[in-house]
Amino acid sequence: MALLSPKPEMEKVMEENVIQDPQILIPDPFAVKDCALIALATGKRSQNLRELSNNLREIPQASVYYHFWGGLLLPRFEEREYNNDFAAWARHALHDNTLAERLAVVDPSEHPDIEGLRHEVLDIVEQRLDEVGHVPWSKIDQQFEFLLSKMVVFDTKMRFNTPRELAGHVNQLPLGGFFYHFIDARRRPPEKVDDFSSWLAGFGGEYDALRGKLAAVDPYFTTLIQLRKRISDIFEDYFEGGEHGA
Amino acid sequence: MALEDYASVVGPEVIDHLRQLARPLKGMKVVHINSTKLGGGVAEILDTLIPLTNELQIDTTWEVVTGSADFYECTKSIHNGLQGSQAPISDRLWREYEKTNVDNAERLRGLLEPADIVFIHDPQPAALINHCPNRKGKWIWRCHIDLSHPSRPVWKYLRQHVARHDASIFSLAAFAPPLQHPMYLIPPSINPLNDKNRELTPEERNSVYGQFGIDPQRPLVSQISRFDRFKDPIGVIQAYKLAKKFTPGLQLALAGGGATDDPEGEIVLNEVRAAAEGDPDIHVILLPPDAHVSINAIQRASDIVLQKSTKEGFGLTVTEALWKGKPVIGGDTGGIRLQITNHHTGFLVSSPEGAALRIRYLLGDRQKRESIGEKGREYVRNNFLITRHLREYLTLIHGLINPERDRVEFN
Repeated sequence: MALLSPKPEMEKVMEENVIQDPQILIPDPFAVKDCALIALATGKRSQNLRELSNNLREIPQASVYYHFWGGLLLPRFEEREYNNDFAAWARHALHDNTLAERLAVVDPSEHPDIEGLRHEVLDIVEQRLDEVGHVPWSKIDQQFEFLLSKMVVFDTKMRFNTPRELAGHVNQLPLGGFFYHFIDARRRPPEKVDDFSSWLAGFGGEYDALRGKLAAVDPYFTTLIQLRKRISDIFEDYFEGGEHGA
Repeated sequence: MALEDYASVVGPEVIDHLRQLARPLKGMKVVHINSTKLGGGVAEILDTLIPLTNELQIDTTWEVVTGSADFYECTKSIHNGLQGSQAPISDRLWREYEKTNVDNAERLRGLLEPADIVFIHDPQPAALINHCPNRKGKWIWRCHIDLSHPSRPVWKYLRQHVARHDASIFSLAAFAPPLQHPMYLIPPSINPLNDKNRELTPEERNSVYGQFGIDPQRPLVSQISRFDRFKDPIGVIQAYKLAKKFTPGLQLALAGGGATDDPEGEIVLNEVRAAAEGDPDIHVILLPPDAHVSINAIQRASDIVLQKSTKEGFGLTVTEALWKGKPVIGGDTGGIRLQITNHHTGFLVSSPEGAALRIRYLLGDRQKRESIGEKGREYVRNNFLITRHLREYLTLIHGLINPERDRVEFN
């Protein structure tokens, strides 16, 4: 981890790129954040698939988001069988494997906004209701509880002045921080990209190849720990191998 | 214990998070109100939470409502009703409930009305809000009870008071009824450094054997709980008797204290003593409310800890046992589900037979007991310690004073 006066490496970057205007081409140090979610009940719950469909139309976007992404920050002893709460409920409460499988392949990162995601889930649920000809029910104590969350974002005081410095520490970032920078950033306007890519873009075109590799990562079908390792490997491979190696 | 003492358990970054959250709230006046200073999980949490919040320079006080025997009889019936008991509550008892809240509001008004934040814990003080018309701050109703299937008349009555609060807190989503204000989900927590959960000296650990007549050479299962029907102590004795057929040396410790707001405890205790009669290996132990070291020692002396509740708000005794590295066999209900994952931290069961089966399984496999114990301790470290609880209370305060924002960010 570096502190706030990293001039030698910055100068090296500038020299390599024949940079004349530091105001444009030297971004601020990368400030590592940590985050935690606090869950809220919406008061809406569903005991059958029709109720799920009806509630899905009305719940806030934050609730749709929570049920796709919030699970990444929840403690688990094993990998999630299903990557979103709707699929898990279909399997474990409704015992409908077909519906669970269809819901499980919904990839939220394919949707530029939450409304698109909401409608894909709704389409799958409605199609299933048409197919089965009856309304599947859960037990009373296995109802789907619609939640949402508020986020608290902390400053870790960790700062990295260059991508090379950051590369050596990605795998040690707090999991909450990794979630904030790589997952949550994708819904933050105006850019809606992960914070690493956004920061790298500030160095001009120097790190476009690295940004391309980050953009190719599917952030959804894995655990947060595995995802952090994968991003760490991409950073390290970029700097340790090839033309950017020491 | 100071905040920095917790850094050795949870890491310094967690303490730094608390300081970041507290800085903008410095000087704020916060009041917690419940119905007992001794006995029960709520009192234990507040015992830790209040000094830590004060250390963060948030001016925090804790007061209790006091009432007659009729008041406690009424609030115990409310408690049972909210957990599903259908026994009606007489008009006389409801009047006593209202009168006690009026009297306590009179006594506490000077503290409550100017406070910035007031936490009202459980049903006992829930009507205070009606009698503080000039309240300045935000009032939060904190429910520690399993409210998933309440007696409708009881909830209908209480709801009129709860709905007037600015927010409520539940331990699980399933407990949250439809209310128009924000409903936060915050599980309770334990203090890893207090007498109930700290590491014990060898002398303290061994004291339990002589004090309660437990044989250290033979296996021990225990349940630590108030003597309350929802904790199913009779079911625990049945499970023990079934398991003892296969492990003749097995011992059972059923230990618990009474809470000052629980008039039913003695009746249940007598039922338990009757069920245990004639078996010298069943140790029914009535503990005073401050017997924290004894509870700690019994849990540590146990090979397996049970919490065979049929209803449970959260089950902090499960948390305590997991923190001590013990596998826990718990009733498949309420907050116990949040803490026990089959084969990872223990087993969820629905009957005395199920509990007996898992006792037999675990007693036969020391390695399994140890690996479950390790996982359980880490699970508690990451999720159910007082520092996480405090972080979420502070986050909630930020959320209430900035309701339009979906995040709190510190730079």
